[in-house]
Amino acid sequence: MRFVDEFRDAEKAHALAARIAALCEPGRHYKLMEVCGGHTHTIYKHGLEDYLPESITLVHGPGCPVCVIPMGRVDDAISLASQPDVIMTSFGDMMRVPGSNGAFFDANARGTNIKMVYSPLDSLKIAKANPDKRVVFMAIGFETTAPSTAMTVLRARAQGITNFAVFCNHVTIIPAIKAILDSPDLRLDGFIGPGHVSTVIGCRPYEFIARSYGKPVVVAGFEPLDILQSIYMLMLQLSEGRSEVENQYSRVVPWDGNPVALKAIGETMELRPYFEWRGLGFISHSALKMREAYADFDAELLFEVPGVRVADPKACQCGEVLKGVLKPWECKVFGTACTPETPIGTCMVSPEGACAAYYNYGRLNRQRVPEAISIELSRP
Amino acid sequence: MTNQRVLPATGREQQVLDRIERARRRRPKLREERITMAHGAGGKATHTLIEAIFLDAFRNPLLEPLEDAARLPVQGGTGERATVALTTDSFVVSPLFFPGGNIGDLAVNGTVNDLAVAGATPMYLSAGFILEEGFPVADLTRIAGSMRDAAAAAGVAVVTGDTKVVEKGKADGCYINTAGVGALAAGVNLGVAQARPGDAILVSGPIGDHGVTIMLARGELDIEADVESDTAPLAELVAGLLGAVPGVRALRDATRGGVATILNEIAKAADVGVLVTEDAIPVRDEVRGAAELLGIDPLYVACEGRLVAVVDGGQAAQALAALRAHPLGAQAAIIGEVTAEPLGLVTIKTTFGGTRIVDLLVGDPLPRIC
Repeated sequence: MRFVDEFRDAEKAHALAARIAALCEPGRHYKLMEVCGGHTHTIYKHGLEDYLPESITLVHGPGCPVCVIPMGRVDDAISLASQPDVIMTSFGDMMRVPGSNGAFFDANARGTNIKMVYSPLDSLKIAKANPDKRVVFMAIGFETTAPSTAMTVLRARAQGITNFAVFCNHVTIIPAIKAILDSPDLRLDGFIGPGHVSTVIGCRPYEFIARSYGKPVVVAGFEPLDILQSIYMLMLQLSEGRSEVENQYSRVVPWDGNPVALKAIGETMELRPYFEWRGLGFISHSALKMREAYADFDAELLFEVPGVRVADPKACQCGEVLKGVLKPWECKVFGTACTPETPIGTCMVSPEGACAAYYNYGRLNRQRVPEAISIELSRP
Repeated sequence: MTNQRVLPATGREQQVLDRIERARRRRPKLREERITMAHGAGGKATHTLIEAIFLDAFRNPLLEPLEDAARLPVQGGTGERATVALTTDSFVVSPLFFPGGNIGDLAVNGTVNDLAVAGATPMYLSAGFILEEGFPVADLTRIAGSMRDAAAAAGVAVVTGDTKVVEKGKADGCYINTAGVGALAAGVNLGVAQARPGDAILVSGPIGDHGVTIMLARGELDIEADVESDTAPLAELVAGLLGAVPGVRALRDATRGGVATILNEIAKAADVGVLVTEDAIPVRDEVRGAAELLGIDPLYVACEGRLVAVVDGGQAAQALAALRAHPLGAQAAIIGEVTAEPLGLVTIKTTFGGTRIVDLLVGDPLPRIC
């Protein structure tokens, strides 16, 4: 199948694995963070780590949109959905994210009407078909999904739809990366930059990482060869002592992003002073809310929202996993108390979550390809 | 890839992996206070529900194998012994009509196939209808016509039935339950527990057609693809296979939960490993494309006319030829093998050349955000 098979070519992967292994300095260990949950998913789904030498560790970053939603916001959403005549719409992977009293699926079993949609625009169809109901879209995600929420609001206004609102939980990626860079317990050598987010924000916003923190960034696509090539590009930068922002995903990501999408976000949303991230705590200017001009679409103003902060379960170490301090399996409850059936933390819910990806796909003795182990074999 | 060296996971990681395996083997506990949609999806939540509620309540040796059909010893009036297979299935598909079929042929083929993969010759079916007030009689006529045609094609008769009507809003148009009995020839005893290392695993054709057709037919995705449900009766295909290959150990029709769920059932029931090769698994481009767009894996998508066969490794080529000799098995393929290790786990060699686990899903595959 075109546009898929050519990016999953095993022969090219073996060639890249050999080049990557050749760039590893003997005795040095490399920690590279893939920021985006989509990358984590690809890495595990295709068994990409089999191509990497032992001296390269991939650290799974905070870019899984459902993983960073704190429990209190899930509770708020369920409380919203429980109000009379409300239909809530949500992306599929949000349905199983646990709040303090169950997830959306459990709420539906108790009587709420939370529907899965594939695009926020579907919410408008539902709103039009149910004029006596109020439709609230549970908006989550980074700059990747924020433009589609913005477009939905703009369209709702243009079409005069008044029974539609947004419960806005959009977050922004740069403050999260900065929080990780400033976290004292973490050492990273470079970043595999988020591809989809960058289609919107472009590559420039990452320049501070290369300049001020001296870490290379390569914006990467989502097929396994994309990621392997990005790792090669990062290793090349490291071996040459460079730290730059490079764009591996240039077939999709324009250097300056998507001005139309950015304008739609800017028109409808503005930065919140601060927002709580699951596991990472409060990060200032890290999330979006509806602008005052669009207050008539802001579910937080139109409805009673409890806004109670719920502490993460004590046993849960999602924060450490999101920051890449712990590997998923190093969490105390991983795989025993916390499983995909009974997730304690959000990282175990979404297929993009590091823990779910590792649990579902990665619980294996790794069988590295010969190219990836040659370097270890050649060492004395 | 044979020239790979297995590097053991580090000691501590291995301890964690072992602990997880122990946790996975424990008797599943039903934690939810109410039924959620996940309980009906055929994955872990369904398995837990069945074991915690139904197996617990009805436990008996005929039920316990949890195969697609129960094998029942019967004794005729004149003393002759025989074995019959009994199965039942309910159909709640939405929409009721979809490319390639409707709830009617699905209800016949589903039960016929559950009998066929038990190795039985399907004979008699019952049909129970739950109809919603206001349901168009023309639609019901069409559904019954499809059932008649499907039954004729499968060589079975609908011999008893039931009809109930519920108030508007209490059902979604039309639900159908069918039960079926079939005759088991002496000596036929198929079951996934009989898989052993060295066995080959085959599928009878491209996977995921039905599930993707239904997802697209719901019209929520605004994706159009030229794909039809694969609903079909498998009894003839199975008879051909069983006639040609003595070493068939188990057959399963890959309905809810897809091929991945069957592979996991093999690994768990027989306490073996299962290794499949992604490249070898037939998937139509239309299905693959839709699945890629939605972020779901065709391995978990339902089929309604495909079976998974476990056969003696030495007879794999024979089995493949037998399947391919029938039009419904024309695109059959050997997709993997039963291995001694890792116990209870299904692994896949990806097209990309890596390895990963193929676990049971908790519930329905959820589309990813981005």
